[in-house]
Amino acid sequence: MGKVSVRFFARYAELAGCTSSAVNLETPATVAAVIARVREVFPGTKDLPPQPLAALNQRHVRLDALVSEGDEVALLPPLAGG
Amino acid sequence: MMHLTRHPIVVDDLLAEVQGPERGGTCVFVGTVRNDADITGIEYSAYEAMAFDEIERILSDAHAHWAEARVMLQHRLGLIPVGEASIAIATAAPHRDDAFAACRFVIEEVKKRLPVWKKEYRVDGTTAWIDPSGKPVAHGP
Repeated sequence: MGKVSVRFFARYAELAGCTSSAVNLETPATVAAVIARVREVFPGTKDLPPQPLAALNQRHVRLDALVSEGDEVALLPPLAGG
Repeated sequence: MMHLTRHPIVVDDLLAEVQGPERGGTCVFVGTVRNDADITGIEYSAYEAMAFDEIERILSDAHAHWAEARVMLQHRLGLIPVGEASIAIATAAPHRDDAFAACRFVIEEVKKRLPVWKKEYRVDGTTAWIDPSGKPVAHGP
């Protein structure tokens, strides 16, 4: 089992009830697998969209990107900068 | 110049970063909080470390496309009242075509890539997160 940091922003932080935490799962894992684990650990995140935007170690990634122990996965609501 | 600020944006400061005698065309884009319906202001929040890096990458991409252009961007965070700027982009190039193109490129990349979110504040005291299409997605007190 590996520990992966997770971060939530804006509306997703309200759903999760926190801005940062961590989940344990078999690593390496896909970002999608991390999100699935997040849905189990943080019940409020069941209202996340099926395929939310995500960043791995502060870079945009697809949900099939591989996550290693110690990495950070951030779940990003629809971007609204500008 | 810091790319992210919690203070009002001063466009002249961006112009000072990009203008020079060898760059004959300067273009400025300013995004302003609109007075839609009953909005009093919009609170901008960000994944700040990633947003800073993403801005650096956007400016680097712009430089790769328009090597002779200079580009500067500042995005404001926090609660911004109606009528004040949330973002300003200044580009300067030897000729206007490149200045306009670089400016347009940067704002479009910001819309696609910058991890920033908006919560609108209304006159009745309620708030709502805004999705990119401008539709409220959740309400709060």
